[in-house]
Amino acid sequence: MTASPALLSLRNITKRYPAVVANDNICLEVHANSIHAVLGENGAGKSTLMKLVYGLIESDSGELYWQGQRVELRNPAAARKLGIGMVFQHFSLFETLSVVENISLTIAGSRQVLSQKIIDIGERFQLKVNPDASVHSLSVGERQRVEIIRCLLQDLKLLILDEPTSVLPPQHISALFEALRKLRDSGVAILFISHKLEEIRDLCDTATVLRGGKVAGSINPARASTQELATLMIGHEVAGVNTGSNAQTSSNSQSSDHALLQLNAVTVSSDDPFGTSLHDINLQVNSGEIVGIAGVSGNGQKELSRLISGEQMEKHLPAESIKMIGQPVTRLGAAERRALGFAFVPEERLGRGAVPVMSLAKNTLLTTFYQGMLSQGFIRGGKLKRYTDECIEKFDVRCGGAQAMAGSLSGGNLQKFIIGRELMLSPRLLFVAQPTWGVDIGAATAIRQRLIDLRNTGIGILIVSEELEELFEVTDRIHVINSGRLSPSLTTAEVTPNDIGEYMISHNQRGSHGDNSNTGDGHAV
Amino acid sequence: MQFKLDRRERASRRMLLLTPLLAVLLSVITSSLLLLILNKPVGSTLHSFFIAPFENFYSITEVFLKFGPLLLIAQALAVGFRAKVWNIGAEGQMIIGAIAASSVPVYFVDSTSGWLLPAMIALGAAGGMSWAAIAAWLKTRFNANEILVTLMLTSIALQLLYYLLLGPWKDPMGFNFPQTVMFQNEALFSPLFSGVRLNTSIIIPIIFTVAVWLFMERHFGGFKLVVGGLAPQAATYAGFSAKKAVWVSLLLAGFAAGLAGMSEVAGPIGQLQRSVTSGYGYSAIIVAYLGALNPVGIVFAAFFVAVLQIGGDVALVSANLPISAVHVFQGLLLIFYLATYTLVNYQIRPLRHASSSTTEGQPT
Repeated sequence: MTASPALLSLRNITKRYPAVVANDNICLEVHANSIHAVLGENGAGKSTLMKLVYGLIESDSGELYWQGQRVELRNPAAARKLGIGMVFQHFSLFETLSVVENISLTIAGSRQVLSQKIIDIGERFQLKVNPDASVHSLSVGERQRVEIIRCLLQDLKLLILDEPTSVLPPQHISALFEALRKLRDSGVAILFISHKLEEIRDLCDTATVLRGGKVAGSINPARASTQELATLMIGHEVAGVNTGSNAQTSSNSQSSDHALLQLNAVTVSSDDPFGTSLHDINLQVNSGEIVGIAGVSGNGQKELSRLISGEQMEKHLPAESIKMIGQPVTRLGAAERRALGFAFVPEERLGRGAVPVMSLAKNTLLTTFYQGMLSQGFIRGGKLKRYTDECIEKFDVRCGGAQAMAGSLSGGNLQKFIIGRELMLSPRLLFVAQPTWGVDIGAATAIRQRLIDLRNTGIGILIVSEELEELFEVTDRIHVINSGRLSPSLTTAEVTPNDIGEYMISHNQRGSHGDNSNTGDGHAV
Repeated sequence: MQFKLDRRERASRRMLLLTPLLAVLLSVITSSLLLLILNKPVGSTLHSFFIAPFENFYSITEVFLKFGPLLLIAQALAVGFRAKVWNIGAEGQMIIGAIAASSVPVYFVDSTSGWLLPAMIALGAAGGMSWAAIAAWLKTRFNANEILVTLMLTSIALQLLYYLLLGPWKDPMGFNFPQTVMFQNEALFSPLFSGVRLNTSIIIPIIFTVAVWLFMERHFGGFKLVVGGLAPQAATYAGFSAKKAVWVSLLLAGFAAGLAGMSEVAGPIGQLQRSVTSGYGYSAIIVAYLGALNPVGIVFAAFFVAVLQIGGDVALVSANLPISAVHVFQGLLLIFYLATYTLVNYQIRPLRHASSSTTEGQPT
């Protein structure tokens, strides 16, 4: 096997973006007749790497070899010519056209011939789909099959699938896997991007784990344990943060008199086909504690965040479902919740936490308008500027002053600005999503330190993060969110990353894996 | 040498100011070419378009007569466009405003009350707002696309206008022409100077412009609309209501268009007739964009388009051009503006050629 040259070989691939090195010296070999997993957390660089292979973006340095020949892929057409096909998370099909019409847009041949080919491929690889059906009438799984068939019709040698199962209901996943195995046996190599460990163990022959843009290791997923995979994916490094008087605060976290946030049996079904429904969420955040929510992305974090922040109001829920600082807030909007003493730092800084093409002063107004910034509805420019200047100085935001556009700041500085803006509201309850995402290590440590200092002053803090090490560093308690369900509360000091990892995946194959039951649950509080 | 478009790190302010000028320049060049093809004298046609409107006092007042409604409607539309509420139906809102205002002199033919004009102003504004409110309600209640709804409502308004003019409101002494009675003097704005059609209603767009400037630049309400247009998620995050933005945008446009319609029937036309809008509702869209959706820019854009329309009238006679020539020029303006607007967010760069001697996947 190893004697023949690899189908695709990446050598020292590096791709930099202004704020981050997305791929750092990546080496990777993909062989024919194999399903190769690319595994990693959100932001680990998986998608960037796949876009490089498919010719959507160009690398800054490094080489790409195809069957031993060096190639440069300027655009997807070049990649397709070599026999590389890619299926994205969001499909590119015209809903009003039929299957065969969609395919004939990119593949030469008469409709009749193509229809026959679609049927043949469907039979051969169990990718059955009716060529004359309109795309809008197809299920998500069938649309995915159309995308795969379209790749197969152009002499496919390598198929890239970007998180293919994230859009599928569980019953369609095994059918997809069956088809992928048949494809592999017919000689096609498959690059399978995922962060779902169980799937990868089930399906893949090799796995390359990315972490922070680097290759953390390559492993045979069938032989490795879930813990090994999780460890590779999450890593261990912990930067030094002074946790201060943790012991004192964790004792009062047990009492419920200081509850600042309570979610009581909240169930919300998502009407977005790519969304996650929340099931029976129970969550409490008390004053003087930091509660973390761990989990791989796409398990309901976004939905939960929007529900707590008030950006998404579910008016059909009972009034007492969501309580904040002693008051039911289920029917209150984002601004009204903020007026109660709640502050929120969303994960998307540009476009959600701040308007990129507006000045910092104007962005300050977004969440501070009820703090005397208005007089008869007119904006008090002087007061706004003083508040903004104070925020810039106090939180060490490196920028061109209060009139600088939010979009001109680096990710870390903008995050400092947004956190500063929210903290200057003197909230009693603070909710931060992905506090240090894309933030350089120095700023990240500063942000974490500030969160801990705040906790020690009695503020209740909720953090959603996909970086487990961060949660271990700052939180007192952790919940794990998985398929829209929240685990029991776990005391951070009493659990290990591996326990959390088990919770991250345990519900995915609900109950079918007996080996999950021996850890985790014992630590539940 | 090949070129490619590269996204700018942030929108260029310089290009934002330059694009309207560039669009005007390109339109002039293209229409000159068209004139050449048509065998029309380019120089004298351009002269009638751009110079003739200023050659006598009467034409200058006519320019300002067109300037008023264009300015009024464009200012309101721009507010909505900045909030990404696409009201294309100012034309229909203007018609309903004109109809509502006309109801007063039509039903009180003999009245000489001083309340006639104020009542017409109030009804004109209310009529335009009610027509826009239908679109706002359908948008917020059923998420019906406001572009289609406002456009279709314009057709309905037009049919309503025709019905009234051919039926109940037709002037019995009017030789069967589809128009109402001529309104009494008390129902008309008084002319600014004797012998011209320009009247006191010109004060409305000017006051409205100042109000819109204050609202958009200094008021929290305008800020909320702009945030909603620039970053809808940030507006949700801040707790600004997207539905309210739709209502404010559409009602404001209905208000302005209704007043514009009222100013026409109570001004230069002096009665309700089929061509009551002169297409102001559509031209105002061009004005709003040509003015870069900025209250100050729109003042200049409205003036420019008004000159163009008067100039077009002159050219009809002097160069024997069809009326569609004016429409073609306006259309060119908008297309060139939208095309050059790309340069605000993108810049043209020569395509980078790979220097390495490697084999390529595809020699394109």
